[in-house]
Order: sequence, then structure tokens, then C-alpha cells
Amino acid sequence: MEKRSLQISMARARHKIVVISERCKECGICITVCPVKILDKSSLRNSRGFRYPVASDENRCIGCRLCEYSCPDLAIYIL
Amino acid sequence: MAVAVEHPLDKYVRTEKLPTLWCPGCTIGIVMTSLLRAIDQRIREGLLRRDQITFVGGIGCSARIAMYVRFDSVRTAHGRTIPLATAIKILRPEHKVIVVGGDGDICAIGGNHLLHALRRNMDLMIIIVNNMIYGMTGGQVSPTTPLKLYTTTTPYGNPEKPLNIIRLACSLGANFVARGSATHPHILQQIFYKALGKRGLALIEVLSSCPEIFGRHIGITDPVKSFMTLRDKIKVKNNPSLDESEYDWEKGFVIGVYLDKDDPGYIDNLSLLYKSLRGF
Repeated sequence: MEKRSLQISMARARHKIVVISERCKECGICITVCPVKILDKSSLRNSRGFRYPVASDENRCIGCRLCEYSCPDLAIYIL
Repeated sequence: MAVAVEHPLDKYVRTEKLPTLWCPGCTIGIVMTSLLRAIDQRIREGLLRRDQITFVGGIGCSARIAMYVRFDSVRTAHGRTIPLATAIKILRPEHKVIVVGGDGDICAIGGNHLLHALRRNMDLMIIIVNNMIYGMTGGQVSPTTPLKLYTTTTPYGNPEKPLNIIRLACSLGANFVARGSATHPHILQQIFYKALGKRGLALIEVLSSCPEIFGRHIGITDPVKSFMTLRDKIKVKNNPSLDESEYDWEKGFVIGVYLDKDDPGYIDNLSLLYKSLRGF
């Protein structure tokens, strides 16, 4: 049973959002351009004091890569 | 579980220089990544070699693109990018020479050089990142500042009509003239991809937002608001006519490829001349 639920969750999370937190400058463009609005500012800060984005629900990512294309600082990409 | 943190474009970027010097929300980074994606696409298709790309940059925020890419790159005096790029292209005709600069660097201070490069149909790719103001030096008026806009040097509103780079380039005989916008990175990448395959001069004007300096003068300092304000002013057209290239902040901007032809460039003419002189 446990194995089956794991398989389902793996099948649903098709896209992985990777944030390179040290490069982020908290401009918020990725949060705005996301069509399903799953990105949000983290409560944590990087070493420069910027709140980098985190995905609230990665399963809802549709993989459009608008955040990756619109990031000026090469800080976010979709696997 | 540790994930290998490596951006797909890290192989083309001097990662030791990241994060970039640009302000948070500056869209020059989007121009750089779109250009690198277009170059990556060309390299993967085998149409371009990585060791045959040269970047030339002048002075200014956008000229720093030449500093962050992992290709051969030169930075030179303010406004003198095109003469240097011309020299590189004549000495190394197999290289793809890419000139990056801002509106102040290429259109104002290097304006005369731009005219003569256009006239010769010099085999360069010129990218003008147009943020409509002199950003790095503190917000002085530039030739592309829209009418009636308040800047540091025009405190009662700008009385000058702005320069339409598209009309200038089309009238002087460039091979490829296009306008893109940093708010539409997919279209920008396609324009760069097309321009990389052209002979003769390819000029691309890229509209970009500047939340820190330009935004302070128009009253929008939030990066997202600045980005969305520019995005709302952009209209995308497939084959826009030259009359639609009107440069007006109130009416908005039409982006697309304005001119695409295949005339022989300066290097072709030069090699023909060499052949006739040598006799073989």
C-alpha cells in the first residue's frame, strides 16, 4: 500500500522546481509570471538577506518554464 | 538528498561573477539568458562553433553582459564598441561578433559609428538594450527618452522627440532589423536565433525596464510593477510594417521583425576585392 502511494506521488510531481537561493535578488518576477501561482516568497533569507522563492505545491507545476525564462539572475530552473 | 545545483546555462556563464551587479528586477539579465539560449540552440544544431563567438561591450549596465558570458569578450571605451567590433570582424571573418550596449552607449555616444556600420552593412550583430535613460550615471536624458518625461537633466519634462532606431536602421540598409522586449523572452530568443544566422548587419533593439533609475522618474520603483507596466505596453505582431515602429511611451510599442533581407555584407565585398587584386 505504501509503495503504491509513493508511486502515485512520484507520477504526479512531473516537474521539479530548483531554486539556486544564493543567486536570488528578490525581484519577484518569477512569482508574478507563474500562470498557476504556486511560487511564493520564502520566510528564509539567503546570505545577502533576500527572500528567495519557494514552491507551495510542486505537484501543480505545469512546466511552462516562464519563471526560468523570466529570471534575470539564473536562479530558478525546471528539471 | 542533495541536488546538483547547476543551471542549464551555467556552461556559458562566468559563474564565479554571479550574482550579477544589476539591481534587483533589472531585465538585462533576461536579455542575456535569452541570448545564451539562442546561442545554445545554434551550437546544439551545429550551426555555430563556441570558440568562434566574440562579445564586444562598451560602458554601461547592459555592456556588462560581455563580462558575464563565458566566451571571448572585450570591453572598450564608452561608445567605441562598433569600431572595435569592425576590426575584430575584418581580422577574424569566421567569428560571429556580437556587440552589446545600451541606448546611450550605441545611439548617443557611438551614434556616428552606428551610422557608418549600418551604411557598410558590416557583418555584426548589434544588440541595443534600450531602457530609455542613462541608468548607470544617474538618470540623464538619452536620445530614446520618451517625450515629456522627467529626468535628472530635464526637470520640467523632456522637450526632445525620441530617436526611432528601427527607422534609422531600415533607412540605411541593414540586413536584419527587429525590436524585442525583455518582458517577452520566448520571442526575444527566436529573434536572436534568426539574427545569429544572418550575414550583414543584424540590429536588435530590446526594450527593457529599469526599476531603479527610470522607475524613479516615472514613479514606479517596484520591480514587478515596472516589469508589468512595460509588458502592458507591448504589442506582438508577426510582420509589422515600418509605420508601426512608432516609438511612443503612451501608445505602446510593436515588437517583431521589421526587416529581413539577404544582401551581401561588408566582408563579402571585401573578399571579392581581395580576390580581384590577387587574381585567384
